Amino acid sequence: MSDIALRMEHVYKLFRKGEVFNSLRDLIPALSGKMFRQRELNGTDRREFWALQDLSFEVRRGEAFGIIGQNGAGKSTALKILSRVMKPTKGQIAVKGRVSALIEVTAGFHQDLTGRENIFLYGTIMGMNRREIATKLDEIIAFSGLEEFIDTPLKRYSSGMNARLGFSVAAHVKPDVLIVDEVLSVGDYAFQRKCVERMKQEIRNGAAVVFVSHNLRDIAEFCRSCVLLEKGRTIATGSAEDVISSYLKRFRLRNAEDANRAAVVISKVTVRDQNGECLRFRSGEKAWIDVELHAHARCSKLSVTLYIMGSEYQPIFDTSTERLGHGNFSLEAGDVYHCTFELDLNLANGIFHPSILVYRYDTQTEYDRWQPASTIHVSSEMDVRGAAHCFPKVIRREVRTASDSSLAVEAVSAPEFVARIDR
Amino acid sequence: MKEQLRELYRYRELLWMITYRDIKVRYKQSVIGLLWAILMPTIIVLSGVVVRFGFALASGKQLATAEIAAVAVKAVPWAFLVSSIRFSCNSLTSNNPLVTKIYFPKEIFPLAAVLASLFDFLVASAGLVPLLLVINRGWSFQIFWVPLLFVMMVSLASGIGMIVSAASLFFRDVKYLVDVGLTFAIFFTPVFYDAQMFGEKGQWLLLNPVAPILEGISGCIARQQFPDLSWLVYSFAFSMLALVGGYLFFKHLEPAFAESI
Repeated sequence: MSDIALRMEHVYKLFRKGEVFNSLRDLIPALSGKMFRQRELNGTDRREFWALQDLSFEVRRGEAFGIIGQNGAGKSTALKILSRVMKPTKGQIAVKGRVSALIEVTAGFHQDLTGRENIFLYGTIMGMNRREIATKLDEIIAFSGLEEFIDTPLKRYSSGMNARLGFSVAAHVKPDVLIVDEVLSVGDYAFQRKCVERMKQEIRNGAAVVFVSHNLRDIAEFCRSCVLLEKGRTIATGSAEDVISSYLKRFRLRNAEDANRAAVVISKVTVRDQNGECLRFRSGEKAWIDVELHAHARCSKLSVTLYIMGSEYQPIFDTSTERLGHGNFSLEAGDVYHCTFELDLNLANGIFHPSILVYRYDTQTEYDRWQPASTIHVSSEMDVRGAAHCFPKVIRREVRTASDSSLAVEAVSAPEFVARIDR
Repeated sequence: MKEQLRELYRYRELLWMITYRDIKVRYKQSVIGLLWAILMPTIIVLSGVVVRFGFALASGKQLATAEIAAVAVKAVPWAFLVSSIRFSCNSLTSNNPLVTKIYFPKEIFPLAAVLASLFDFLVASAGLVPLLLVINRGWSFQIFWVPLLFVMMVSLASGIGMIVSAASLFFRDVKYLVDVGLTFAIFFTPVFYDAQMFGEKGQWLLLNPVAPILEGISGCIARQQFPDLSWLVYSFAFSMLALVGGYLFFKHLEPAFAESI
């Protein structure tokens, strides 16, 4: 199809590790040694490993695609192959149009040149021509917010200022394919929001974006589809929500293995709304969380703790059966225990991780923990940010003008005000 | 290869930009600024004059002005060759982040190093003009050979530059080999002396492809001599071979740059 901007087909990448000769002094003895030794067996050397195996995906124009995985999963290798810095060992990539990579946005800078000179330098590296940069120069400088320092050599800049300048140039390249690697974590919060807006604008303008981030909220916010990598293999691919859920599930399973055979284990956690199992909620909706425990030995004075973490695993809420006034409980070997929490999800837009902990307070013993037990997406029509949703309204606004000391008071009803913001 | 050259052409602005950066940075960092471009050739010219003076004393002859002119017009291109090879040798490794992060034809780095040295060369050449005027040597129709010799010089520098830059990316000690080579190469190249001083055996010295170029330049400018055509053809073929071979060598290794640096 014509609106596919980028396609990776069965891409493999082989890396060598360990002994790499980067000087002739080491190479020559090694080569002469090799002549006397037996040739090594064919096939994959033990020193070789697959950084990527059979990775396939495609991204359409105006769409963002996410790549998630833990460190060493092959994300950066995938991006390097996409940006054509590396060649795949096997497989095909097809990219249509100008590719711009936001991978370490300060890579092209020279510290002895001024901000203005660096804009031209980095702009050309990113594939713009000088005329194009000259016409956008004011815009770029304004975006970076570094007007005052633009004729100062870069070595006097802070690292944050460096990154801001880099992103400002990169944001004005107008690419057909944009590759983004964790750069949204540069600068202060206001600048980050500016960058996010800019990226969304690029997507609306028809750019295809490939996005790598550890921040699952950003992935969920931007990307319709997504791939999960682990040690170079594709573990899951599909809609962003499904892939994020399976990422978290794998994460949790690994934790469960570590917990080995404890006396009490969590066997099941289900999040549901009134119609059944569910992972998407609206702010203010009710949710029920069912917990099932299995006891393998006699345990007493237990309680079940429910806590909710935000997208970056920061705790935002917790409670327990005991603290809610139900006392603690004891289980015999072979017992199965059930409990259900009911919650009003007064949460803002975003993803949250309900988590469960089986705990004994007096001895401070932790029996089992699912962190996270699930991942839910909460959406809200109102533009509120943060973790909690307080269902705000503006019910009064006043302007006191300098010339007239009388009050101009305006009572506004909430929907009208929201509409005005939208415009 | 045609496709690769077209791509290089598309990125020509980047080549200018990197060249500009290299020149600018070099002059910004040094206190004496533009004088730097003159300093190196001046030192080489002066040492050449000293050597020549020694020769003249030993043979009991007067030092002719033509000989000073000959040393001067050979020393400046030699300084260009040395600086462009030395500079391009480090051009890939010192731009490590750009090599590993962003895609563009990487031969831009050694080529920009050659162009930046070329800038120095032009500044120094401009400095030579008054010297030649004072000595009153230099004007003849043979001077029209100089552009060709110049092209050969740049091709040779670019070809060698691409080879050593790629090689030093894979093997860091290539840099030291190149340094040693460049330091002693001046003894094997007729910069301070002329090949003809060796009489018959001078032919062996001309096997060094740089020698016919330098002899050609000094012949054309200082002695109003028609260059030796057969040696010129030899050098020309060698320069073109270095340029094309260097480019192919570079392009062959380029895909492995990002993971080997």
